[in-house]
Amino acid sequence: MNIVACVKQVPDTEALIKVKADGSGIEEGGIKWVMNPYDEYGVEAALKLKEANGGEVTVVSLGPARAMETIRTALAMGADKGVHITIDAVDEYNTAAALAAAVKEINPDIIFCGQRAIDDDSAQVGSILAELLGIPQVTIVTGLTVADGKAKAIKPIEGAQLVIESPLPCVITAQKGLNEPRYASLPGIMKAKKKPVDVKDAAALGISVEPKAKIIKMTPPPERAPGKIIGGDDAAVKAAELAKLLREEAKVI
Amino acid sequence: MAKGVWIVAEQRGGALRKVSFEIASAARKLADELGEEVSAVLVGSGVEGLAPELAKYGVDKVYLADDAIYADYTTDAYSAAVAKVVKENDASILLLGSSVQGKDLGASLVGKLATGMASDCTELKIDGGKMVAIRPMYAGKVFAEVGIESYPQMATLRPNVFAAVENAKAGEVVKFDAGIPADALKTKVLETQQDASGKIELTEADIIISGGRGMKGTDEYKILEELAGLLGAAVGASRAAVDAGWKPQSDQVGQTGKVVSPNLYIACGISGAIQHLAGMSSSKYIVAINKDEEAPIFAKADYGIVDDLFKIVPELTAAVKKML
Repeated sequence: MNIVACVKQVPDTEALIKVKADGSGIEEGGIKWVMNPYDEYGVEAALKLKEANGGEVTVVSLGPARAMETIRTALAMGADKGVHITIDAVDEYNTAAALAAAVKEINPDIIFCGQRAIDDDSAQVGSILAELLGIPQVTIVTGLTVADGKAKAIKPIEGAQLVIESPLPCVITAQKGLNEPRYASLPGIMKAKKKPVDVKDAAALGISVEPKAKIIKMTPPPERAPGKIIGGDDAAVKAAELAKLLREEAKVI
Repeated sequence: MAKGVWIVAEQRGGALRKVSFEIASAARKLADELGEEVSAVLVGSGVEGLAPELAKYGVDKVYLADDAIYADYTTDAYSAAVAKVVKENDASILLLGSSVQGKDLGASLVGKLATGMASDCTELKIDGGKMVAIRPMYAGKVFAEVGIESYPQMATLRPNVFAAVENAKAGEVVKFDAGIPADALKTKVLETQQDASGKIELTEADIIISGGRGMKGTDEYKILEELAGLLGAAVGASRAAVDAGWKPQSDQVGQTGKVVSPNLYIACGISGAIQHLAGMSSSKYIVAINKDEEAPIFAKADYGIVDDLFKIVPELTAAVKKML
């Protein structure tokens, strides 16, 4: 099988994020960059399919020069080759357009993306990519079997889960629960250094950097007013006081 | 010129989801400011009877695609139907709920309509005749103002944040046929497995009681469930509790779990790692119960009790019982 996994480099979940003074973006100094956690499930799913069916896994990433580290991480996990589309920040539509241009050349049987990236939290790129490629999609997938040219995916929705069938090729966006991503082994890391990565300039792919969704400015989150600590030694008294505040002051119970 | 504020009404099993009334009300507000109409797209099978409910929340026109092919939600069928009617009518603004379905449909529409969308917004306004969407990024560590440079200007709205306000309008029904050939539909719902536990969905709950590392085990959640039962609340968990295997992944609140915004969030034995705060800090009221007075959760809490949750929660349950 010819398999693609799209990955994005994002700040670690524990990273402190500071907005630049002019609100144009975030301060990147001191941030630890990692593979988007949802993309790890996608890479793992891709590797499992390759192990079961043979074939090749190509990892595709869009981002500045540092995104190469994340491509290498996926190669160290076991992907065969990489495509790095070099570009700075760009919106969801144009990201998907760039990925679509790169993926078309690969002509895969199945494409994995994380269900969302934990930096911009948009949860859009996988779906837009499917539309631009003119192929079906199943998003937020927690279980997957692929056989006879079809993908059968499990998708949790509010209060239920669906079993959805899609013909290949299709885009699957991965959710936590799909699998347990492997760690890169030491030999894997050594091998990854020699695996081929095709670096493409976004402009050469004809990708627009004119955003359709434009960030006007960023601000730190609104501060919450300081709260009330209910003191005292008696648990029953404190609990009763809390219940009373929730009912009479906050009016939420 | 693009005109009109549009929404996609979300229904499942022939009933409108609460988020539909929230987005209808948000759309009404924008439309009044612009002096334009609110149109809702309603897609389903045997759902015409839902149109008056939308009218009650400020919808002027309901564009209805009613056909057996829409019995199950599938991305390809719904997205093709909505894209067609929205394009034909040159909509200026298009809003959806940031529910599982709304996120999926919205993102697919962005591709079909070649436009931009602000996801999971917590506030919308009009500036110079255009929509400005305010949304959390980096799991709420940053807020961004987003403008959409193409039409329709799309946004999904976080459930439970926008008030549903009754404001009756005509709700005139306009039927349309998207003319989708059956062979254009690729995906199929083979099975819908209902969650038989009767659990309240976290993202839709008005009250959430969450337990973290301090819970110590699976069985200990019973004390949270008892209180939740009294309050009609959902029970959530932190990543630490999920990783420990005490609760399933679907119960996780946080940056790599669900993002929730209930009226009341009671955090029990949760320290408030930045990962967790990201998923619940847009809750209207936050209560923290934790032994450790240095726990970061107290900085976010409206009310805090520094004590053992195993002492406080049963007493809180008793106090609530007396009160209700």
